[in-house]
Amino acid sequence: MTDLVRPDGRPQGRSDRCPGRCSAGHPDGHLDWRPARARSVTLRHDRVRGLDLLVLPERVVVLRGAAASILALCDGERDVRAIVAELERRHPGAPVADEVPVFLDRLRHEGWLR
Amino acid sequence: MTPPTPPPAAGPRPAPDPPWALLAELTHGCPLRCAYCSNPRELVRRDAELTAEEWAEVFRQAGDLGVVQSHLSGGEPLLRRDLTGIVAAADRAGIHTQLVTSGVGLHEDRLAALVDAGLRSVQLSVQHTDPRRAEHIAGARASGAKERAARLVRAAGLPLGLNVVLHRANLDAVDALVDLALTWGADRIELANTQFYGWALRNRDALLPHPDQVARARRAVERRRAELAGRLELVWVAPDYVDATAKPCMGGWGAVSLTVAPDGTVLPCPAAADLLGDAAPNVRERRLAWIWRESEAFTRYRGEAWMPDPCRSCALRSVDFGGCRCQAYALTGDAARTDPACRHAPDHGLVRALVDAARSPAAAAGGYAYREEGA
Repeated sequence: MTDLVRPDGRPQGRSDRCPGRCSAGHPDGHLDWRPARARSVTLRHDRVRGLDLLVLPERVVVLRGAAASILALCDGERDVRAIVAELERRHPGAPVADEVPVFLDRLRHEGWLR
Repeated sequence: MTPPTPPPAAGPRPAPDPPWALLAELTHGCPLRCAYCSNPRELVRRDAELTAEEWAEVFRQAGDLGVVQSHLSGGEPLLRRDLTGIVAAADRAGIHTQLVTSGVGLHEDRLAALVDAGLRSVQLSVQHTDPRRAEHIAGARASGAKERAARLVRAAGLPLGLNVVLHRANLDAVDALVDLALTWGADRIELANTQFYGWALRNRDALLPHPDQVARARRAVERRRAELAGRLELVWVAPDYVDATAKPCMGGWGAVSLTVAPDGTVLPCPAAADLLGDAAPNVRERRLAWIWRESEAFTRYRGEAWMPDPCRSCALRSVDFGGCRCQAYALTGDAARTDPACRHAPDHGLVRALVDAARSPAAAAGGYAYREEGA
């Protein structure tokens, strides 16, 4: 769902690491978790390239597909259940309940969501 | 599905992709005098620096051009009393800012104002874990200030990176440096073997490590990276002389990022001032978009058309982009030659001889040349 691009434009290998901070009380698939973007992470639209980006101190992540609209819902208020419900409302019939929690966990493992 | 149109064989040059990142060298002034400093031997004088208003215009133009990320560096950017306004201007232009600092002069109020202005992250330089050795490398006492700065950055909730330039005098301390990063709560530590430009070139004999020392440090980094996966990001910047491998310098000339020097000179790489001389464009005279897309300085080594043999027929050319133009210039006087760090380069013997000299026991005896105080 996302492609990772380093500031030098080359692809960033997907990290399999799990920052210790993500495990505190939030096992994977936890629906009560209220995802919020980490402070070091900026979600923005790139008007020059027509892309949605996550900008971090040392890298830029290009967001493809629905990734940006999912991240925009990660405001620390909505829990995973509410995010899934909202996306199901917007995209009837899409496999939201299966894919979105996995995607959110993956971004938490990267340290981009907390 | 429409197939993409192939580019014409001749005709106007296609527009390059926009740059992602900007290195803003806000001043060459610095309280430290590091032996490995990669800034030029001749520094830009304080009275020639761009004003905060001029920097605001640079960031406005950079944002329009496609820059999304900037490193505010120097010298020591905290020497600029108007730094907060510069950060705010970058933030207004939609550009993510990271402060690259020695930590000297970072006080609580100052940091709070910078965070309010939109500062997103701090990278702190460290010379050694032992304060006395750090003082010798930096030519100034700064370890206490760095520890305080790290604490303030963490307290402010900003991500913290440490940046350590590695050389003969600290490669054996890699383990201790990683421990320091953990103690200080850093998110990332960049262990960057010295790249020999500017002042560092002058101290090359004293800095260049024995290859065995590099090998030990590399093993330590690999071990710690596995052990700390998920807790601390370890970045190893390779020693191109010792590895006999050309680095993919800047991701290619004029391909990904640009540097603006304190006086507004715009460079494809922070070390390119010597190579370009009077051909280096300046934001005081030209629009950044023209400089990026059209200037001779940025188009000269863009792409592969400039490449000599053996690069032009080498499979690595799309990986290393021919290596570093500034290094080719510094070592051979001709910026269009293959980077002599590459084992396949006709001039590789120059680098091989230096690395061989670093193997001799006498190599460890040399002292550093320091910049003059206040330079």
